[in-house]
Amino acid sequence: MRELLYRLKDRYHFGTPTFQRDDLCFVTVKRSELRAILTELRDVEGFTHLTLLTAVDWIEEQQFQLTYMINNREANLTLALRVMLDREDATGDTIHDLWPTAATYQRELREMFGINFPGSPRVDEEFILEGWTDLPPYRRDFDTLAYSQQTYHDRPGRETHDPKTHMQKVLYADYPKGAK
Amino acid sequence: MEDVDDKFLKKNKEVPLREELRPRKVTTPDGQEIEIEPLRDYFCEAQPKVHPKAYSKIVEDFYNWARSNSLWILGFGTGCGAIEMRPLMTPRFDAYRYGIQWRPTPRQANLLVISGYLSVKTLKRAIRAYEQMPQPKYVMGLGSCTINGGMYWDSYNTIKRLDDYLPVDLYIAGCMPRPEALLHGFMELKQIIRKGEAEGANKYAENFAQYKANQKAVIKDWDMPDYNW
Repeated sequence: MRELLYRLKDRYHFGTPTFQRDDLCFVTVKRSELRAILTELRDVEGFTHLTLLTAVDWIEEQQFQLTYMINNREANLTLALRVMLDREDATGDTIHDLWPTAATYQRELREMFGINFPGSPRVDEEFILEGWTDLPPYRRDFDTLAYSQQTYHDRPGRETHDPKTHMQKVLYADYPKGAK
Repeated sequence: MEDVDDKFLKKNKEVPLREELRPRKVTTPDGQEIEIEPLRDYFCEAQPKVHPKAYSKIVEDFYNWARSNSLWILGFGTGCGAIEMRPLMTPRFDAYRYGIQWRPTPRQANLLVISGYLSVKTLKRAIRAYEQMPQPKYVMGLGSCTINGGMYWDSYNTIKRLDDYLPVDLYIAGCMPRPEALLHGFMELKQIIRKGEAEGANKYAENFAQYKANQKAVIKDWDMPDYNW
């Protein structure tokens, strides 16, 4: 895996690779080079399987991070490429022509994160949700608890304890000193 | 609640009716122009009626005894409770000895078991299935998800109280209830029916407007008639 990255790093811009295991590595790449890297890895280096395509919402940085995880079954290697996108009006590049399965992931990202992938098949259709009009629910500025409280009725009588304060009360009733 | 964002407000936008369901003018193959309204043309508009009781109490009691011995369940599994129902069909638990069996279509069933959490999308199908069942019919809610939301208490797409949307005759608590608990629940339901207290379907007919309002408040793309005969 390291040797593969050494081979590629002269031609592409890589961030610092994070090795979670010897056969699993995460590396950040530039958006403009993503397609070239993915094509080369697929056709030359034997990374034939797209394991997953997912997103992380870095709301503080105003960015979305796309993770393209690809797998080389012959050599048992997994490489994850990270791409950062602007959160404002987020648009990614479709890779459905490299891996047809990516179209499904891209439909999901479009619905759950609101990241658009122009040109991807059926990307504007509903994927799981029916008649959803609110913010995409996986975005971090969408508060799922507040939404559910405003939409569905609670049954009275349900009591919830914050585990920390509850256990502190049960186990250490007189902490801090004189609290009791 | 500590974690709630006070400033978050959900948007209440209307979802437009799907194009193929809108009333419009079409041209028939022989050149005639007709107006169609798909949601009204193909469905009966009558509202559900209260099922009348028999003329004397002893006859009604006899009916109820007979009903309680024929609980036919619609094989419609939602959530994880559908898995707990499967062992009941095996020789180990053998629910069939109590006159309980599973049917593939709502037209042949009189008991709807909501076996776990209902997402809004599934709720629409559950309502359709329930309304197509012939009266007298009963609803059982399984597990804490149907009672107060259970572990989906903060989910954006899962209802919390089943009895807002369907008339529930009996709840079985647990997460999930074991097949033994289900069997016990069936026995309880039989007693409720024999006492003549399983009036869920009549409650649904009486409070029809209220139930519909609750259902339409969460199911935004309502693409079916108000009552599915």
